[in-house]
Amino acid sequence: MAGERIEVRCGTGWVPVCAADGLVPGRGVAALLPDGRQIAVFTDRSGTAYAIGNRDPFTGAYVLSRGLLGSAGGRAFVASPLLKQRFDLRTGRCLDDDDPARSVPVHPVRVRPADTRA
Amino acid sequence: MSTDTIVLIGHGMVGQRFLEELAERGVTARSRVIVLAEEARPAYDRVRLTSYFSGVTPDELSLTPPGFAREHGIELLLSDPAESIDRAARTVTARSGRVIRYDTLVLATGSAPFVPPVEGRDAPGCFVYRTIEDLLAIEEWAKSDRTRSGVVVGGGLLGLEAAGALRGLGLDTHIVEFNPRLMPVQVDEGGGAALRRTVEEMGLTVHTGVGGQRIRTRAEDGAVSGMDLSDGSSVDAELVVFSAGVRPRDALARAAGLTVGERGGVAVDERCVSVSDPAVYAIGECALAADGRVYGLVAPGYEMAATAARAIAGQDGAAGFTGADTSTKLKLLGVDVASFGDAHGTADGALDVVYADSRSGVYKKLVIGPDGTLRGGVLVGDADAYGMLRPLTGSVPPAPPEQLVLPAGLAPPTALGPGALPDEAVICSCHNVTKGTIRAAVTDHACTSLPEVKKCTRAGTGCGSCVKVLGQLVNEELAAGGAEIDSGLCGCFAQTRRELYEIVLALRITGFRQLLDGHGREAARGGEGCEICKPAVASIIASLAPSIGAGGHVLDGEQAALQDTNDHFLANIQRNGSYSVVPRIPGGEITPEKLIVIGEVARDFGLYTKITGGQRIDLFGARVDQLPAIWGRLVDAGFESGHAYGKSLRTVKSCVGSTWCRYGVQDSVRMAIDLELRYRGLRSPHKLKSGVSGCARECAEAMGKDFGVIATANGWNLYVGGNGGATPRHADLLAQDLSDAELVRLIDRFLMFYIRTADRLERTSVWLERIEGGLDHVRDVVVHDSLGICAELEALMAAHVAGYRDEWAQVIEDPEKLRRFVSFVNAPDVPDPSVRFVPERGQSKPDLVLLSGPEIPVGGRV
Ligand code: SRM
Ligand SMILES: Cc1cc2nc3c(=O)[nH]c(=O)nc-3n(C[C@H](O)[C@H](O)[C@H](O)COP(=O)(O)OP(=O)(O)OC[C@H]3O[C@@H](n4cnc5c(N)ncnc54)[C@H](O)[C@@H]3O)c2cc1C
Ligand code: SF4
Ligand code: FES
Repeated sequence: MAGERIEVRCGTGWVPVCAADGLVPGRGVAALLPDGRQIAVFTDRSGTAYAIGNRDPFTGAYVLSRGLLGSAGGRAFVASPLLKQRFDLRTGRCLDDDDPARSVPVHPVRVRPADTRA
Repeated sequence: MSTDTIVLIGHGMVGQRFLEELAERGVTARSRVIVLAEEARPAYDRVRLTSYFSGVTPDELSLTPPGFAREHGIELLLSDPAESIDRAARTVTARSGRVIRYDTLVLATGSAPFVPPVEGRDAPGCFVYRTIEDLLAIEEWAKSDRTRSGVVVGGGLLGLEAAGALRGLGLDTHIVEFNPRLMPVQVDEGGGAALRRTVEEMGLTVHTGVGGQRIRTRAEDGAVSGMDLSDGSSVDAELVVFSAGVRPRDALARAAGLTVGERGGVAVDERCVSVSDPAVYAIGECALAADGRVYGLVAPGYEMAATAARAIAGQDGAAGFTGADTSTKLKLLGVDVASFGDAHGTADGALDVVYADSRSGVYKKLVIGPDGTLRGGVLVGDADAYGMLRPLTGSVPPAPPEQLVLPAGLAPPTALGPGALPDEAVICSCHNVTKGTIRAAVTDHACTSLPEVKKCTRAGTGCGSCVKVLGQLVNEELAAGGAEIDSGLCGCFAQTRRELYEIVLALRITGFRQLLDGHGREAARGGEGCEICKPAVASIIASLAPSIGAGGHVLDGEQAALQDTNDHFLANIQRNGSYSVVPRIPGGEITPEKLIVIGEVARDFGLYTKITGGQRIDLFGARVDQLPAIWGRLVDAGFESGHAYGKSLRTVKSCVGSTWCRYGVQDSVRMAIDLELRYRGLRSPHKLKSGVSGCARECAEAMGKDFGVIATANGWNLYVGGNGGATPRHADLLAQDLSDAELVRLIDRFLMFYIRTADRLERTSVWLERIEGGLDHVRDVVVHDSLGICAELEALMAAHVAGYRDEWAQVIEDPEKLRRFVSFVNAPDVPDPSVRFVPERGQSKPDLVLLSGPEIPVGGRV
């Protein structure tokens, strides 16, 4: 199939981010939303897509897209590439620190055939 | 019953803890709780205030969970301090004019920095060091071009912290202390001297035994220009921080006629109730406790918070607050300083046991009572033993005191593990958690790991100084309980790294999923793996790639998803998300032309450059989208980029050797280059370093390396298992007087045997000490071939050498791999706006202030 693409919700609309097969399962990419926010987008081996804020709340650096994806107890997480804290990809919660200030925003994401309109 | 009203004045560290204690006891649900706070921010972590200067944002310092007040129905009135108390009417009047009636009043107003009455102390440029706002103001003032030096008045704990901060802001820093030594309260004379030496070595100027007399100001604007000292000398400075102690903030209480101590502090009883009014409590630094002391540390304040909350909740009968331990362990300006118990040996008949090494700035003193009990002590420069010694205070230590102060290497191995501590010993003084409680967490509450125990007991979640001992205790307890300590690599694999290596090699497994789905733990099969096993398996597959028929490049196919971010981008990530590039300079030998190229690349891409400790040049601050272009320039000039990341060969250092040096007996440079080129790119359990020295003078420090080579008149000596870093170890001699070919063959075997049998992240030094039989066994295997595997080990290495390709050059030739080197997948031409730099000493450094905000918008003016 000439492919599917990944879209992320921004405000009231959906923004296409990249072609689904442009993502290596288990690895992320960073994308820029029209409002200037940075997000990190991942797919896992089943093809499920996730999108969270790209900012690592522990260091302030915009790097979460470069972390490694993993799963534990059936839940997907990304480990920050800087200090390795894990973040749940569905809730944005930091799994190593209960402090809500250490969680990251989660963005609705969907995979659409590439020829549908956003 | 009508609801009571509790009014809290002061929302600092102790005030917030008090509110949490109230909430936990259900008091907030039945009473109205109103908080009057002077500061504009909800309570934050004052103890970690200084971390603001290392990039921690004010928001990150917050101790008040968002929504905390709302959730518990607490009325938190920020920026509205209490101005007076009318005890007869039971009302408090706030600055806003609001009058609030209370049934119970709690004072948690903390303390205020004491500013000695020196002339000019109000001049612009004079500061105190207590609140986030103070730090912001200091930072702003220090930024001005005319501010070059700073004076800190006070050489105590906070003074040193402030001095560290000024130094970090790039100021020429002076410390003025009235007492004859630094940290007079915590350490004794010997400790103060060791501390002073270390502080001076860092470039700070210390003036002790003198006071500040007068602040000099500039005629034009009245701003600070210097300080005259009591001995007639003077210091030029454009910024002054007063940090000469604190005074309890008891003015409100005083005006309301409550009893205060002679030297300040609201006098309270064991339940933290004012001695003159049963409706008023005082807790934290503003209180004069029942034992007649005012505590300037947060741990006793937390205990008072709990005590007051218990009393208000009607849970009487519980223990009151009768005094607390003032033991402290801190890292000031990078120096460990700890004191505990009766540090000054004031009790009768106490004797000192002292170890001092002025060269390394280490000073340790234990105070021992006539009956042999440990009374207290001071540790400066090396406070590792603190975690063990503090809980032993009050008992006779299980080993002679002399042994307890000797540095680790000199002391005979003693049985002084946490196992030797009694159950009542307080392990975590921040949260007052005993060894018994920690053991119970494991035995009764079924905690099976350190994080679980931390959560369950709160131990280790304050200053962190007890975490090491805590970890040992938890492991001991788990082992004692017969709990099988899971030696598996991670949550996904029950095997060790070594077992996985054997599986991959024997079954020729070339993919991570194949390994996980076939050999992972039941629950992890079909999952994603994790950040621990993915890179570990990637490394195993990479080091065996040519032999098992896996794709050669670290970014090939599925392997790309396994690599740590550094391997993924073939460069080392830095704190702001930029990368460093370290061109390989085999043996440290480089031509002038190549040096010029490095300089040009750095200049053209605006990279910060630094000579590394590994004989090469590091270029910092490249954005991910700049990396391929940088490598391209380097490749064109005949370089490859090198591994300063990745678990693989780093550098082979060399000394200049027989070619130039009058003592040299072999060509150490050539050998170093040969070895570096042979083993470059070799993936291993941890990084590998080497060095080659041209004679026994050892200028290349080969004995500190994983494999080190030292020339002899007859050839080469091979040393293995050396390590620098946190736990240095001298390498052991493996074989002597080897020819070039013998040397290389032995190193081939040694490295492949290590790669095959070591655990994940286990350097050769640790591996050598761990494996059964130690050095002798390794010698048997790699020199005498006792296992009959040497041919295989050599073949594996030969395959690696033959299969080596320049990973960086391969990326720039491959459009598919190049695609990932963009900041944003949907805007490949937009550079990441969060990666920005500010100038420092003629180069650049990451702009961390930029990273402290919650979001950075792209576009507009960034
Ligand atoms: C750049 C450099 C410091 C410098 O400016 O001089 C450096 C920088 C780093 N070192 Fe180092 N080390 C550097 C020489 C050393 C040395 C000296 C040497 O190699 O002779 C040592 C002690 C020798 C040793 O390793 O035994 C050293 C002991 C460490 C350690 C502790 C290792 C240990 O076994 O205890 C770490 C942490 C680790 O690897 O887990 C480390 C980790 C690091 C890391 C990789 C940390 C990280 O992941 O960000 C740093 C990143 C480098 C980068 O971004 O480019 N670095 N580091 C040096 C690079 C040398 C080179 O050209 O490759
Ligand atoms: C730089 C620094 C480093 C430190 N390091 C350590 C350390 O390593 N270990 C340690 O144990 N301790 C340390 N301390 C001390 C520790 O911060 C204090 O012991 C702790 O903050 C005391 O808590 P508190 O609530 O009593 O006072 P504070 O945290 O000072 O809170 C008191 C609050 O009350 C407010 N207030 C005062 N008057 C009024 C009023 N009339 N109306 C309303 N509000 C009012 C103040 O504005 C303040 O916000 C450090 C302190 C500083 C400044
Ligand atoms: S190790 Fe020996 S040969 Fe090498 S520089 Fe030092 S003195 Fe010269
Ligand atoms: S002693 Fe501070 S956290 Fe345990």
